[in-house]
Amino acid sequence: MLEYIWLIPFLPMVGAIINGLLNRRLSHAVVNTIACGSIFLSFLLSVGAFFALTRLEPAARFHEVNLFTWIAAGSTEITLGYLMDPLSAVMCLVVTGVGFLIHVYSVGYMHHDDGYARFFTYLNLFCFAMLTLVLGNSFLVLFVGWEGVGLCSYLLIGFWFSDMEKATAGMKAFVVNRIGDFGFLIAMFLIFQNFGTLNFREVMNAAPEVLIYGGFTVTAICVLLFVGATGKSAQIPLYVWLPDAMAGPTPVSALIHAATMVTAGVYMIGRCNIIFSMAPTAMATVATVGALTALFAGTIAVTQNDIKKVLAYSTVSQLGYMFISMGVGAYVAGIFHLMTHAFFKACLFLGSGSVIHGMHEEQDMRYMGNLRKYMPHTFITFLVATIAISGLPPLAGFFSKDEILWMAWSNGFKFQWALGFIAAGITAFYMFRLVFMTFYGKERINPEVHPHESPATMTVPLYILAGLSIVGGFVGIPAALGGLNHFHHWLAPVLDASSAHEAVKHAAMMVGDGGLAVTSALASGAEHAAAAGHAAAAGHHDLTEYVLMAASVGYAIFGIAVAFFLYNRRPEIPAKVADSAKGLYNLLYNKYYVDEIYGAVFVQGCVNLAVYLWKFWDVVVVDGFVNGLAKVVAMAGSVLARFQSGNVQAYAVSIMVGAVALIFLVAAF
Amino acid sequence: MSESYILSILAFLPLAGAFLLLFMKSENVGLIRFWTLGVALANFVVSLPLLWLFDASNPGMQLQQKYAWISSLGISYHVGIDGISFWLVLLTTFLSVICIVSSWSVENKVREYMFFFLLLETGMIGALISLDVFLFYIFWEAMLIPMYFLIGVWGGKERIYAAVKFFIFTMVGSLLMLVAIMALYYININAGGDATFSILEWYKLPLAPSVQMIMFAAFALAFAIKVPMWPVHTWLPDAHTQAPTAGSVILAGVLLKMGTYGYLRFAMPLFPNAVEAATPFMMTLAVIGIIYGALVAMVQKDVKKLVAYSSVSHLGYVMLGIFALNPQGVVGGIYQSLNHGISTGALFLLVGVIYERRHTRMIEDFGGLSKSMPWYATVFMVVTMSSIGLPGLNGFVGEFLIMLGAYLASPVAAIFAASGVILAAGYMLWMYRRVFFGECDKEENQNLKDLTKLEWGYLLPMLVFVFWMGIYPGFFTAKMEPTVDAWLKQVDDKRIACSELVDENPIAMFFTEDVSPSE
Repeated sequence: MLEYIWLIPFLPMVGAIINGLLNRRLSHAVVNTIACGSIFLSFLLSVGAFFALTRLEPAARFHEVNLFTWIAAGSTEITLGYLMDPLSAVMCLVVTGVGFLIHVYSVGYMHHDDGYARFFTYLNLFCFAMLTLVLGNSFLVLFVGWEGVGLCSYLLIGFWFSDMEKATAGMKAFVVNRIGDFGFLIAMFLIFQNFGTLNFREVMNAAPEVLIYGGFTVTAICVLLFVGATGKSAQIPLYVWLPDAMAGPTPVSALIHAATMVTAGVYMIGRCNIIFSMAPTAMATVATVGALTALFAGTIAVTQNDIKKVLAYSTVSQLGYMFISMGVGAYVAGIFHLMTHAFFKACLFLGSGSVIHGMHEEQDMRYMGNLRKYMPHTFITFLVATIAISGLPPLAGFFSKDEILWMAWSNGFKFQWALGFIAAGITAFYMFRLVFMTFYGKERINPEVHPHESPATMTVPLYILAGLSIVGGFVGIPAALGGLNHFHHWLAPVLDASSAHEAVKHAAMMVGDGGLAVTSALASGAEHAAAAGHAAAAGHHDLTEYVLMAASVGYAIFGIAVAFFLYNRRPEIPAKVADSAKGLYNLLYNKYYVDEIYGAVFVQGCVNLAVYLWKFWDVVVVDGFVNGLAKVVAMAGSVLARFQSGNVQAYAVSIMVGAVALIFLVAAF
Repeated sequence: MSESYILSILAFLPLAGAFLLLFMKSENVGLIRFWTLGVALANFVVSLPLLWLFDASNPGMQLQQKYAWISSLGISYHVGIDGISFWLVLLTTFLSVICIVSSWSVENKVREYMFFFLLLETGMIGALISLDVFLFYIFWEAMLIPMYFLIGVWGGKERIYAAVKFFIFTMVGSLLMLVAIMALYYININAGGDATFSILEWYKLPLAPSVQMIMFAAFALAFAIKVPMWPVHTWLPDAHTQAPTAGSVILAGVLLKMGTYGYLRFAMPLFPNAVEAATPFMMTLAVIGIIYGALVAMVQKDVKKLVAYSSVSHLGYVMLGIFALNPQGVVGGIYQSLNHGISTGALFLLVGVIYERRHTRMIEDFGGLSKSMPWYATVFMVVTMSSIGLPGLNGFVGEFLIMLGAYLASPVAAIFAASGVILAAGYMLWMYRRVFFGECDKEENQNLKDLTKLEWGYLLPMLVFVFWMGIYPGFFTAKMEPTVDAWLKQVDDKRIACSELVDENPIAMFFTEDVSPSE
């Protein structure tokens, strides 16, 4: 079974090739059978691989398949290979599972679109790239997927390319991602320089010997990798592309810009957890950026009126949580939240797509209201997902988000915890604001719009995802609540804090006192996590854990209550609030003007520099010099023309004189 | 060894074909086109056996042929190929066919056009296979003349200015190189060597570092202009914009590679100590070229000029890789020069396609072409991605190896070079967006014909290589690696051997001693 894991990414690629080449010659039925069928087969293979792994000893749960040598030169030899282990198994199941549902949903959503085959080509191609990303056995193969998903994202955001705004959004996504890739590339070079390989297992196994705990190299590698992650996973300062990416068809927003691609950075840090654990400064950076992003994006979401924009900023914010988790060393919790988020955010996006579909492309919530009357299925599934993201028990989001906040607190990252905690209530508020504005209250619908419920191909995936939003968290119920935490045990061979801790401790011991001194309170995330884990296992649950749990639930309910009051009971108040705090409102509404600032400083700066170089350096300096020289030569030529007598002997003499003169000239220097 | 004639056939078959063209009536356009295509195709077919005749495991010169030519001066007809020139020769025969096919639409003075094209092919292959420096110089100069005419006669509005500029820039460098070649010839004799222009003999010539510096400067300038490196690149945008489509393709695809090839074959192995001293300088120029070319490309209004400036940037990568002086960098550099031939060649072909339909290349004249020409847009997208180095397509492999090699040699250079990755995405995608996306609102653009069979005919082979070279580069790099390893060792050995040599005034040397070569 595990020998065939390469088929998991390969099948969607075949689907993409068939649909891409035959395109319009195929009927819709054939196109969607190929597209959905290929990803469904991948899903089955992933399930098979998952069970094949479960039959192995936990420590032996990995399998590498090398297809062929891809790039070789000198000491560099990179094979195109896939690695199946518990982490990639989880990612494969999420990508193919959620991916399949979204493919099915798209059959209904894209039904009337001209570019039907093109859409499914891109979608399948995306699945190929994403699966290559999560299955790649080395940094470079991951990077292939990393760039591949970027390409598909670009193509799908600009899917309706006739609209210049949408095309621009696609371009922006690609270019901003490339800024992140720059960091990723340099990180790869550093890794190769130090390890002589880019293979994950080799690098991670050798890391404790090769790198010095807390040293410059490991910190640089991790920070640079994180730069890559900020691009792909839309964190400060490179998050700006994701809200614009909502220009793409809604299934794309659900699949690429919520459930899978944008979590690639989180996955990548999880994959590299051993080296990250050795770089406390980088870890603190990751956690802090994540926390800031979580809060920052949450505040923007509060004022947005476009239903997809709210969800987009919510995604940025939720990704921030995942990075908090990675940064505090709670790798499993981060991946756990990645998974639950994939369920409820995909559900939310598809739900919003169903709303937009039923509202004839209307996205502005100010022109909605009371839609639960027209779209009962969409409404109920949306509500479930909203409760899940708000962090109310016992839905999925509660377990995963709470675990992150608890780990941040207990590992000593109090500042990051505080930001995350504040953002949690804001999340509940803006999500319920969205629900109240869309599904409750007065109908503010344009008279020519007749809302209707979506077909079964769209609502069935919604129900499945809503179901997963409810039960998805049960695999990771913490010991404090009497759970068995299967999720932790499953990922332990790859992500277990204590094994990373061992490696780190080993490395710290090797460098002696100096290294141990670096192990500050902030840095000892792994140690704390291990300690917490042991405490939990022994049944001594910290009272604080329960207090915090209760506080965050209470706080979320408070957020919901405020939303209920402002957007359901007294809908006239928000406008007044916005009026009385105009400055703040505009700041938030215009997303802190970050796009404008970037545009003026970086984009315009580059263009101005380029124009200057071209018009001044090329045209004035170099060409001016050459043309000037030509003029001088021409003038000299008209003088020298007199020597053109037609006498060959005279020419020969001139040539000789010239050559000798030249040689003397050179000799003189 | 009958197969050793194969290189000579490759070099002179086009020349023979060109002369036969002169006997055809110039109004018999069909015959002329098919004849030229036949010659180019035959040459390509003849070049294919090289794939198995060339022994990948042998790092040295292969398929050599040597005859005395002007024996009194030690000049010989000496040809051969190794892993550095092998793929460039095949690239030349391949691109020549593509170019002839894409020149089907040339209507003006077809016979002369085809004549110059075949002449050009002889020049290019001759320069690549020459192992005698004198012979090399003749072919090197011989390339210049047909190119000059191709730009000057079949070019755009500013063709005369562009052709003259191209000629003067290249000529200045070439003349300096000629002086250096002469000097080396005499130094070799004075050092007790035979009168010879054989590059293989010259490799063995020990030179004091100070002598190397002067010689290197002359060679390096000549090749730098050809590459072109910043700041002697300004002839390129003009030449490219004015040249006919096929001229641009061959200029970008092969002629520029003569510069990088010149470094690998002559400037670097002959003067390794100078290379050592000049490396920081050369790397700096290469990195400036990468960033400068990309930035200036971004603000171009003419698609073709944009592609031309992107060439400056891409060739900057090639130079950076070569001067990294490690296997990753050099293999990457050679690979990237092949890649550039494919992707930039394809880009010029694509620009030609739209120019023929609309007689403009200004970005502002287009918009929304994806609607009217979906296949054209798709092909353009693939080539765009190949040009900006998307993994899985050809451009990435070279760029990655180059930057990795550069990082191992000089992290700072690699970091700056990697910023070109961002800029490349910027200028290519911005152009793509303005040309292909948005509303197709200009009437002239609404009913454009999508790719014709003929256009598919020359674009499809390019696409095959875009994927092939990106997915399975091992097929290509396997034939370069042994030579590159040996080359690096040779450069390093010679550097060590020469580092202690005494400084002598090189020019004075052959005035104080007997310089007569004729015994």
